[in-house]
Amino acid sequence: MSAKQKSESAARVVPADGLDALIRALARAGYTTIGPRVEDGAVTYRPVGSAADLPLDMVDEQGGGTYRLRASKGAGYFAHVVGPHSWKRYLYPPRQLMWRASRARSGFAVEAPEPAADKLAFIGVRACELRAMEIQDRVFDNGQFTDPGYRARRAAALVVAVNCGRAGDTCFCVSAGGGPRVEDGYDILLTEFPGKDHTFLVQAGSARGARVVKALRGGRDAGEADLRAAQRRTDAAAKAMGRELAGDAPQVLRENLEHPHWQRVAERCLNCANCTMVCPTCFCSTVEDVTALDGSHAERWRTWDSCFTTDFSYIHGGAIRRGGAARYRQWITHKLASWHEQFGTSGCTGCGRCITWCPVGIDITEEVRALAARGGRK
Amino acid sequence: MPATAATAATALPADPMVPVPYRITRVARELSDTFTVDLVPARGKAPFRFAPGQFNMLYVYGVGEVPISISGDPADGARVRHTIRAVGTVTDALRRLKKGAMVGLRGPFGTPWPLDLTEGCDVLIIGGGVGLAPLRPAIYEVLNNRDRYGKVCLFYGARTPDDILFRGELEKWRGRFDMFVDVTVDRATGRWAGPVGVVTQLIRRGGFDAYHACALVCGPEVMMRFAVPTLNEIGVANDRIFVSMERNMKCAVGFCGHCQFGGAFVCKDGPVFRYDTISKLFNVREL
Repeated sequence: MSAKQKSESAARVVPADGLDALIRALARAGYTTIGPRVEDGAVTYRPVGSAADLPLDMVDEQGGGTYRLRASKGAGYFAHVVGPHSWKRYLYPPRQLMWRASRARSGFAVEAPEPAADKLAFIGVRACELRAMEIQDRVFDNGQFTDPGYRARRAAALVVAVNCGRAGDTCFCVSAGGGPRVEDGYDILLTEFPGKDHTFLVQAGSARGARVVKALRGGRDAGEADLRAAQRRTDAAAKAMGRELAGDAPQVLRENLEHPHWQRVAERCLNCANCTMVCPTCFCSTVEDVTALDGSHAERWRTWDSCFTTDFSYIHGGAIRRGGAARYRQWITHKLASWHEQFGTSGCTGCGRCITWCPVGIDITEEVRALAARGGRK
Repeated sequence: MPATAATAATALPADPMVPVPYRITRVARELSDTFTVDLVPARGKAPFRFAPGQFNMLYVYGVGEVPISISGDPADGARVRHTIRAVGTVTDALRRLKKGAMVGLRGPFGTPWPLDLTEGCDVLIIGGGVGLAPLRPAIYEVLNNRDRYGKVCLFYGARTPDDILFRGELEKWRGRFDMFVDVTVDRATGRWAGPVGVVTQLIRRGGFDAYHACALVCGPEVMMRFAVPTLNEIGVANDRIFVSMERNMKCAVGFCGHCQFGGAFVCKDGPVFRYDTISKLFNVREL
């Protein structure tokens, strides 16, 4: 953060009920507040009306193919890490109308909806998720083409980030370069200090964030000691991280396109596409043309797609990637290697969702290691 | 103005995701499964500019959308010409459309054949099957500016004599004194008296200067896989070979991810690639 930004930004330490005040202040400012909620046994991102909607004192236990929530007294509002949802579902919705056509005299007329951007406030955005947004920013503004809908939604969204005080069991953001400390890209940043004296350090990172933070009542201005305490929280989370993505992953993947290990992954992979659906950066989509039975109207919808389906690579005569080995190779090679060529960054933030939500617990970090270790690399 | 056609063509459509209505002004049957349609904008008369090798997304109302190479003359801004083989739902529906029908068009998209780079060179045009369609605008452009190029050779392979695309034009080009044209078939039928076998066999017969030649290759991937080593053998280096790739496409603007070929999006980084930039990936199966 630059000195100028620091001087105009507000930093306050507020008691825990300041979180509720913050959410309500955002709602009053016209934002639809979206945040973590417990839904069907998992933390998902849904509209929240107050702090009472948040998963207070809930901790998630995650592993390859497992996710469980359990109560943990005094853990705080943000003791859980990431669940199956990511913010991409709001910035890049799973289903979007591209255009409508209606039959007209001797033909048809096409009409595209104006990109609508509701004012959304995202509450509880992790460092890895901010990183994911920055990655998708590059995807949807690729130098030649820009997705106007994405751009409008992204510009309208207000980000209330939160520093992670705890590492999830499948997290590896430190080695992937995604966190756990939020550095920039936020409007408001929260660091939670749970326990008997439950407080939040609230920092503003933009003018619109500062307006909200300055209006918060109670608490006190933050000092150096508070910032150091926040640093200790994220340092502890970083230290507790159990998994690591190999730094030479791009080379390992590029040099092992014909490795026998792909077949061994394919024997475990169910091609269910879960990893691509939960991934906060996966962006592939397909289009669905829907036509009214009487032919009077037609619509094109863009929906999330996955490189794990055989249809994905279909050209006349059949699919290019017929086998599961080729499809898994496509996914992981794209994510960790080709992404660099395409967007100048890795496609992985180290959030660990693909490991947790893989029904058979395939671990992206382990697969890279296996490819490197099996002697395929020269 | 053929000279400006290639450069002006890179201007992008207003909203590249929304089809613009075009009307079919002519339908011509080429082969049993292949046909050519001419399109003009349903409203307005803005000339359509494209560069040889580029493609459009064609939408059939209520059916769907497919990527189709432009097969017409880039100097002809009045109509957009596509030559299409009916191989699926949308292309079958396109085949059933008659003169006067409306289609949606998005484009042009993709990288062109590098006809400015090949100036001064001998130009080898190597096509297989319907792969001749995306090469035809390059042939027009080269012939429109014939004095800018060295020898011009067209090598074309089809499955049978009945599958030879643009047969009339091939005969006309073959009659020119400034162009070498040779055609082969996989399987001879009827009164075919020409060469039989793969198109790579023809390449050695053009009498061109391999060290100052550029090759434009478009056809089934397997045909391109054989054409490249043959070109290398006679002395055409990988950085003087250009191939047109085909992959599944939904958006044509690099958002949908379907057309990825290694780190490239075939829709915007291709379809025309300089071969040395993809040589490492070209022979990897199921990529």
